[in-house]
Amino acid sequence: MARIIALIVKELQAILRDRRGRVVLFAAPLIQLMVFGYAATFDLNRVPVAIYDQDGSEASRQLVARFLGAPAFALADTLRSDRRIDALIDSRAVQMVLVIGRHFTRDLLRGRAAPVQVIVDGRNSNTALIIVGYANTILTGFGDDWRAARGGRGPPAHLVMRARYNPALRSQWFVVPGIVALLTQVVTLVVIGLSVAREREAGTFDQLLVTPLTPLDILIGKSVPGLLIGMVEASVIVLAAVFWFHVPLRGSIGALYAGLLLFVTAVTGVGLAISAVSATQQQALLGAFLFMVPSVILSGFATPIANMPLWVERITLVNPLRYMLVIVRATFLEGAGFATLAGQFWPMAAIGAVNLGLAAWLFRKRST
Amino acid sequence: MNGAAWRRVRGLMRKEAVQIWRDPSALAIAFLLPAILLWLFGYGVTLDARRVPLGIVVERPGALAASFTAGFDRSRYFAPHRYLSGRDAEQAMAAGKVSGIVWLRADFGRQARTARGAPVGVVIDGVDANTARLVEGYVQQVWAGWVAAAAARQGERDALPLDIRPRVRFNPSVNSRHYLIPGLIALIMTLTGALLTALVIAREWERGTMEALMVTPVTLRDILVAKLVPYFALGMGGMFGSVGIAVFLFGVPLRGSMLVLSFCAALFMLAALGMGLLISTVARNQFVAGQLALITTFLPAFILSGFVFDLHSTPGFVQAISHVVAARYFIAILQSVFLAGDVWAVILPNAAALALLAAIFLALARALSRKRLD
Amino acid sequence: MTAETDGAALRLDRVCRRFSAGGREIAAVEEVSAVVAQGGITGLIGADGAGKTTLMRLIAGLLRPDRGAIEVLGIDVRRDPLAVQGRIGYMPQRFGLYEELTVRENLDLYADLHGVAPAARAARYAGLMAMTGLEPFTARRAGRLSGGMKQKLGLACTLVQPPRLLLLDEPTVGVDPVSRRELWEIIDRLTTDEGVTVLFSTAYLDEAARCRDVLLLHEGRLLAQGKPARFTAPMAGRTFRVAAPESGRRRLQARLAAAPGVIDTVIEGRFVRVVSEAAPWTPPPGIEAVAVAPRFEDGFVDELLRLRGGAATPSATSPAPPTPPPEPAKTVIAVERLTRRFGDFTAVDAVSFEVRRGEIFGLLGANGAGKSTTFRMLCGLLPASGGRLDVAGYDLRRARAAARGRIGYMAQKFSLYGDLTVAQNLAFFASAYGLRGGRRAARIGWALAEFGLGGMREAAARDLALGYRQRLALAAALMHAPDILFLDEPTSGVDPLARREFWRRIGALAEDGVTVLVTTHFMEEAEYCDRLVIMAQGRILAEGTPGEIRAGAADAARPDPTMEDAFVAVIGAASGAVAAETVA
Repeated sequence: MARIIALIVKELQAILRDRRGRVVLFAAPLIQLMVFGYAATFDLNRVPVAIYDQDGSEASRQLVARFLGAPAFALADTLRSDRRIDALIDSRAVQMVLVIGRHFTRDLLRGRAAPVQVIVDGRNSNTALIIVGYANTILTGFGDDWRAARGGRGPPAHLVMRARYNPALRSQWFVVPGIVALLTQVVTLVVIGLSVAREREAGTFDQLLVTPLTPLDILIGKSVPGLLIGMVEASVIVLAAVFWFHVPLRGSIGALYAGLLLFVTAVTGVGLAISAVSATQQQALLGAFLFMVPSVILSGFATPIANMPLWVERITLVNPLRYMLVIVRATFLEGAGFATLAGQFWPMAAIGAVNLGLAAWLFRKRST
Repeated sequence: MNGAAWRRVRGLMRKEAVQIWRDPSALAIAFLLPAILLWLFGYGVTLDARRVPLGIVVERPGALAASFTAGFDRSRYFAPHRYLSGRDAEQAMAAGKVSGIVWLRADFGRQARTARGAPVGVVIDGVDANTARLVEGYVQQVWAGWVAAAAARQGERDALPLDIRPRVRFNPSVNSRHYLIPGLIALIMTLTGALLTALVIAREWERGTMEALMVTPVTLRDILVAKLVPYFALGMGGMFGSVGIAVFLFGVPLRGSMLVLSFCAALFMLAALGMGLLISTVARNQFVAGQLALITTFLPAFILSGFVFDLHSTPGFVQAISHVVAARYFIAILQSVFLAGDVWAVILPNAAALALLAAIFLALARALSRKRLD
Repeated sequence: MTAETDGAALRLDRVCRRFSAGGREIAAVEEVSAVVAQGGITGLIGADGAGKTTLMRLIAGLLRPDRGAIEVLGIDVRRDPLAVQGRIGYMPQRFGLYEELTVRENLDLYADLHGVAPAARAARYAGLMAMTGLEPFTARRAGRLSGGMKQKLGLACTLVQPPRLLLLDEPTVGVDPVSRRELWEIIDRLTTDEGVTVLFSTAYLDEAARCRDVLLLHEGRLLAQGKPARFTAPMAGRTFRVAAPESGRRRLQARLAAAPGVIDTVIEGRFVRVVSEAAPWTPPPGIEAVAVAPRFEDGFVDELLRLRGGAATPSATSPAPPTPPPEPAKTVIAVERLTRRFGDFTAVDAVSFEVRRGEIFGLLGANGAGKSTTFRMLCGLLPASGGRLDVAGYDLRRARAAARGRIGYMAQKFSLYGDLTVAQNLAFFASAYGLRGGRRAARIGWALAEFGLGGMREAAARDLALGYRQRLALAAALMHAPDILFLDEPTSGVDPLARREFWRRIGALAEDGVTVLVTTHFMEEAEYCDRLVIMAQGRILAEGTPGEIRAGAADAARPDPTMEDAFVAVIGAASGAVAAETVA
């Protein structure tokens, strides 16, 4: 036991005494959290729009005012004819054109549905859908108010929308907890993945193997520092998420940390396995990278797993990040506790166990 | 370039070609890695919500309620599940079994006859704000269809004062794969370009061959050119492979011309390789070079390029940072050339930006490298 | 271009170059001024860290001096490095070969780079291939050549365009004596036939004698410069040797080192070599000393001592204890037909030997001879493909952890945790070996005091000078007072004084009953061993005491051969035998 503690102390000293190591560990993740926390957003702001108001009446001006009053839209151009509509969209000068028909007021007054056209740029289909959604909300609101003002009879049913857990539908609330998991994975992977390769290059790994330490001791001595650093890292980012980005932390902190612990263990296992097969730091870095890119893209961080084809969804089952993302989002926003998250805990525990076992086996095979 | 210089560059390029041929790791990075990643991500990355699990609660069945909920059964966007009470549905949502709930109260039929109409409760899981918005939109569509049909049946007026006609240009079926795959190509080629140069130069340092090269009459320009040309050719090969996969495997339409695409791809490749050269020049230490390549390529190209997250909507400082991300310009070009055609208003400014970035990266690499070890 | 006519190939004027490491500045080259005349071989001699490589790189224009001027063939390097690089050849320590390219392709590349006209190539290649003996291998990839052949190819590549000045950075490190002799022959021929000026850096002091001039570097400063004879001349009449029984050499050495007027003692086969402080020296009573010719190393040690003050082999810390003659020595390490294959390559081929308690046992051979592989199998770092091995009754590879507590291991390059301080390194290894409480504190205190590391407890290990790193590595390996000590190339690169001190400690440990297994490619260090084996191509070619091995090579022409002569003879006999086998 004293030996393992000595190993852990040595490992922490080696990581923390290196200036470059400290930068990689603490400065880089915080900078990334700040930049990505603001950049990774699906919310729309100041989308450039052009307006072609053929009617030019009081009613149509009211409708235009509603669009320009919304923070999502910003007026980029006003059109007098339909000639430039396509050119404006093609050149990406505007992302949406609102066309109000010539008989807008007349149709409204006659109780005939007045045509309003919303033309959007579909090159980014996601943004296009969101713009259409925003426009729909504004237009429907205008219609309802118009009708209410004239005491007209409404449709037999209307929708009362409510978003649970994230009422304002802020992407930041969705993305920032995701970054907690993402950055924890990156840091843990870099620290652990390189540690054995670094000792191999320096020749100290042989030195370790001829001491009375067993491969298991070394494995534990290498994993625990990764766990500690990963947990500290995660805590710092969780604090930043709560106090800087004001993402509510509603669920059980115990469940969040239990999840983090399992997650960091699983990532440590992956890192050690990469470490054990790489002879140089360069190889270890490449290995860490080749694991990281697919694990981020196929994790549900930016694109929902539910939308993936079944065979890709099956691949994601071995990705620990997938489970951790569910846990951070559920504990932050949904107020989840242990009971609802059990289904996420055990797969990570299994992945961790398999990878640590694999790492131990590779250690024994390659190093002794 | 005079005869001696040309002979030097040719000798170095021939050496590089032999190395690539005999040590296939560079070939693997240039061709295999992009193909595998594009294939996997092309299937894996999509934002379209299909068959969203939706809980439907009808407290008192009736003809009107049935006609309302039938709209959800017919929609290809929803996979409806019936629940007997709101509580059951809420629990299902907490457990992640449904992403939204449509709730018709017991007095739905009675209220529908009043002037205000019956309120339909729609509760959506807002954790994933983006998906939540898409689901909201789909629910609205179903509702609007039902209202229009009901109004038409009864010859009523005024039910919907506005006739909203959305038109999505270039991608009428709003297939997110069509816009994500061009972005993926840019993302993957960013990685490939930086990895190729950073790793290859790191290898020369590691094996001590760089030191031997430097004491020959070779100039820095010779070395940079001889590194750039072979890996440029490799990278372009990988690029064409990726475009082929996008068009033939994923059926993304290529509406612009191949010539324009190739020209812009060449500019982008120069920028990506230039960044790799710059990184390996700044960080002579292989380890730092590798880490820098990782930090400065993947996540920025993923998050700061407009690939999935719209750049217009980000704060000013983020937009400012995004200007040095080459992928940002290339993604804009690719999305236009694939989906819209040769839109010069998009291509020219972005191509100019790429050319400028490439020139800056290459000039910096040239200016910062010394034919010395210090 | 007047400098070319006045015959100086190289002028250094007060050249300084510093590097910053770990927040402090290290002077790699400090105020070096020298002139090297055209033609002939000039040796740049010094230990690792003396500044040899930095000076070479400064001359080649790969580094800029902080201060001072360098003129190569009359050209200012700082102003026009390209012009200099077009006129010189430079072989860095790692040859600069592309391993994926064939011999011929490597030559083509360097010919292109140096602008050799295609018409002139055929003749030049033929000459180079004949000189280096690489003709049969032109289509072979450089990566598949042996170490010696790689080196010759590296040399050939720097010679495709005949250079005026040839810079060779430690070309003989790790090369077996046979290849080393061949390399020297090539270089001799270059200077005589082609009139090339050669600057040759080396840590082997015996190579100084082959140079026309010598620049002696120590810790960045030019200690002395001149003809090799200039170093041996002051030593005239001060060098002796004393005959000793093979088993009592170390005790005799300790006694002589303590004698008045002695500055240096070295074990040399059946003799102890003594260097006195001044010319007339009377040996202690009862000892008969015979005068011998001084060597370059004597001069170097003398210069170093004058710089540092004190004697080379201080007897202060631990005088060799008068241990009782060892009881019938027990076999501690037994190796029988040990074999290791990597794919279809046999690195170690049915090797057998035994090591007894309290013995210093050497594994001698060039890089790639199989000694490191043997060593790693003994330590349990590598599984054997066949054969039996037994270390203190265990096979360390399968042994329980406790068995490993009895051995100490010092890896090549003095592997330490560079980021950790001296004290942290010692504390870690103490705990790793299971020491705790008072004993742990006591051993750490002992290590700091015994190895003179007390003043640098808080320094990071990577910032230590090489000699101190070596001490720290040895201290770490000795934390738990092991019975068996494994040392892998323990003295490579350290200066002669540190080397003497190191061997004195090892000798004392052996006298205490510690069994020591050591690998080395320094032939003269074999003399410190009680017994040794010579390995080449995975096999043991000779085994015995240093005296026996040397005696085996003695003939009429060389009645008293050096260890290197013996090595060359043994290798020659072995390849002769192989040739005979193929003929038969």
